[in-house]
Amino acid sequence: MRFVLTALAFCVLPLAGAAQTDARIHYLQRAVPPPPTLSDLDTPPGDLGVAGARLAIDDNATTGRFLGQSYALDATRVAADADLAAAARAALAGTDLLILDAPADDVLAVADLPEARGALIFNVAAPDTNLRDADCRANLLHTLPSTQMRTDALAQFFVLKKWTDLPMIAGGHASDQAFAASMERSLAKYGLKPGPRKEWRFDANMRRNASAEVPLFTQGFGRYDALIVADEIHDFGRYILYNTWEPRPVTGSEGLTPVGWDRVVEQWGAAQLQNRFTDLAARAMQPRDYAAWAAIRTLGEAVTRTGATDAATLRAYILSPDFELGGFLGRPLTFRAWNGQMRQPIPLVHPRALVAQAPLDGFLHPVTELDTIGLDAPESRCEAFAP
Amino acid sequence: MIPASSFPKYLGGSPKDGGQRPPSPARRNPLPMIRAACIATVLALPAQADEIWVTNEHDDTISVIDTDTLEVTRTIETGERPRGITFSKDHSVVYICASDSDAVQVMDPVSGEILHDLPSGEDPEQFVLAPDNRHLYIANEDDAITTVVDTETRTVVAQIDVGIEPEGMAISPDGTIAITTSETTNMAHWIDTATQELFANTLVDSRPRHAEFVKDGTELWVSSEIGGTITVFDVATQAEKAKIDFDLPNIHPDRVQPVGFEFTTGDTHAFVALGPSNHLAVVDAETYEVEDYILVGRRVWHMAFDADRARLFTTNGISGDVTVVDVASRKPIKTIKVGRFPWGAAFRPTN
Repeated sequence: MRFVLTALAFCVLPLAGAAQTDARIHYLQRAVPPPPTLSDLDTPPGDLGVAGARLAIDDNATTGRFLGQSYALDATRVAADADLAAAARAALAGTDLLILDAPADDVLAVADLPEARGALIFNVAAPDTNLRDADCRANLLHTLPSTQMRTDALAQFFVLKKWTDLPMIAGGHASDQAFAASMERSLAKYGLKPGPRKEWRFDANMRRNASAEVPLFTQGFGRYDALIVADEIHDFGRYILYNTWEPRPVTGSEGLTPVGWDRVVEQWGAAQLQNRFTDLAARAMQPRDYAAWAAIRTLGEAVTRTGATDAATLRAYILSPDFELGGFLGRPLTFRAWNGQMRQPIPLVHPRALVAQAPLDGFLHPVTELDTIGLDAPESRCEAFAP
Repeated sequence: MIPASSFPKYLGGSPKDGGQRPPSPARRNPLPMIRAACIATVLALPAQADEIWVTNEHDDTISVIDTDTLEVTRTIETGERPRGITFSKDHSVVYICASDSDAVQVMDPVSGEILHDLPSGEDPEQFVLAPDNRHLYIANEDDAITTVVDTETRTVVAQIDVGIEPEGMAISPDGTIAITTSETTNMAHWIDTATQELFANTLVDSRPRHAEFVKDGTELWVSSEIGGTITVFDVATQAEKAKIDFDLPNIHPDRVQPVGFEFTTGDTHAFVALGPSNHLAVVDAETYEVEDYILVGRRVWHMAFDADRARLFTTNGISGDVTVVDVASRKPIKTIKVGRFPWGAAFRPTN
């Protein structure tokens, strides 16, 4: 595979009419080749993320048409080994509103550029909890839920179901390990004891021998309530279901899964969003698409309500109590003023239906139950947002 | 009042109707007793009872509720995903938004048969019938369009570009202004019905769902589901006049989501459905203060009054039922099981 070093995709959507306000947003993406996995059934679509951005620009433009506000989206994609900072500098020369679809290291590198000092950057692809914690940045907001928000949501479900005996299988990829560590923190947070954990180290072809290997691999767990699989790259997890020694539900990265978004979310008017997305992209909306959509809709909502397009005004409004975004999850979406994370319910889904949506009933919070998932103000070590 | 014509029917009616009624304080005064017996007799004649028609979004049916017995008397099949429902001014036909059939269906309410479909544009969700009893203004949810249909010629008269996910529809009593609210664009779009063009667009809070002209068309009320408010506009200037907030004890504000609302006689009070908070609010339409909250079924969305607005029927989507509320006492008096996801409600007089 060969990657061209410079910008691959370029997409500008100029809008007709005498616009008084022009909001220009740049979608900057690092093309990360997916790690090799046992099955090729589900390859990531080539327009993952950016398709959500395009839909949101269309949504914003429709509103803007009635207010004399226009929106333009530029998109740049750089190769896995290319210089993202250079592309970010070029993008920031044209706008201070950036959507960043890149791994955590890149996110920090871009946020720390001198050119990005007064910019407003949305992280739509890096779930790393540290970006919402000690490594937060004042110019960086997150519409993608953190890994901890997802594992907290699942832990709430375990508490509700009284599933307390919870062994785990963790893959070797860094994202698998991060999910496993976060899951253990979430279990502890909700008063559950993490169960025994086994590392997945097979290199055999599980398409042929999962039914032979997985029962033996899981036999040692003895009796338990549910199995947690930490397999964020979707390598082996699909072969665990129905092959375990004990007939028990599989949760985590497979089976019952906490997600930012999924095609099975159809309540709260979500069917309309799903339809609009499918019309545009000819596929189902995924969490990164939703995060990109929410980021640009957030900007659109802030432009609509303030009439401004500069990063400082928009950021102040987005973090203020006046801001709220209708996001088809049944509650208004807002941003945590202490670390820039978008507050959002977390759907718990299986491939065919929504099972539950965290925060679950009974998990109380003095301000909003949405802050029972993810880093709450007293937990977050983020200081960049201090007033 | 009981119509005079029903009195002879009582005299000639079955003794069962009057004879088996339990003793009550009314016995001390014979007149109310006779009146009660008259009601019982009228009940025995189903053709004379008024009806509430409820669309069941996920059953593709309409449940017809008898307003006297408070029971479902008929279940009628419709096109796919019925939502908005309204009767013609003379109640000779009923219009139904069959959203997933991409049609507005015209039904004979007596036989329950579909007479024909109207062209509606894609995914019709809500509509309003103009005072001329001829033009339907239809919100096409998936297309960001309002379609105007002539119900006589069965043709599309105009299509108007509006915001994303149009839903709430209203028309002024004189028919000069039509309103579409758009759920994702968060606006009320003001349509001049003479030109079928927009003449104003006003922002409201997040996810506007329902709009009504009140007080002889001098005020426009728009509910915002996610914003949790109702915005009141002065129609003459399209300026915001008031904003109504709802504050339910022990329920997080996020779950207080106003959707449908209707007004009592004289537009003195609004009954507002608050969605997943499972409550109605009663709002004084002069002071804009909330006076009461009434517990009803789960995820309450729309509603319809009976003939004299003494009772209110709410559609409760998640519990799949209709709550009957006594307007004077502001108390729920009965829950009626209907189909899956009841959505819209409309009143049909039969006298």
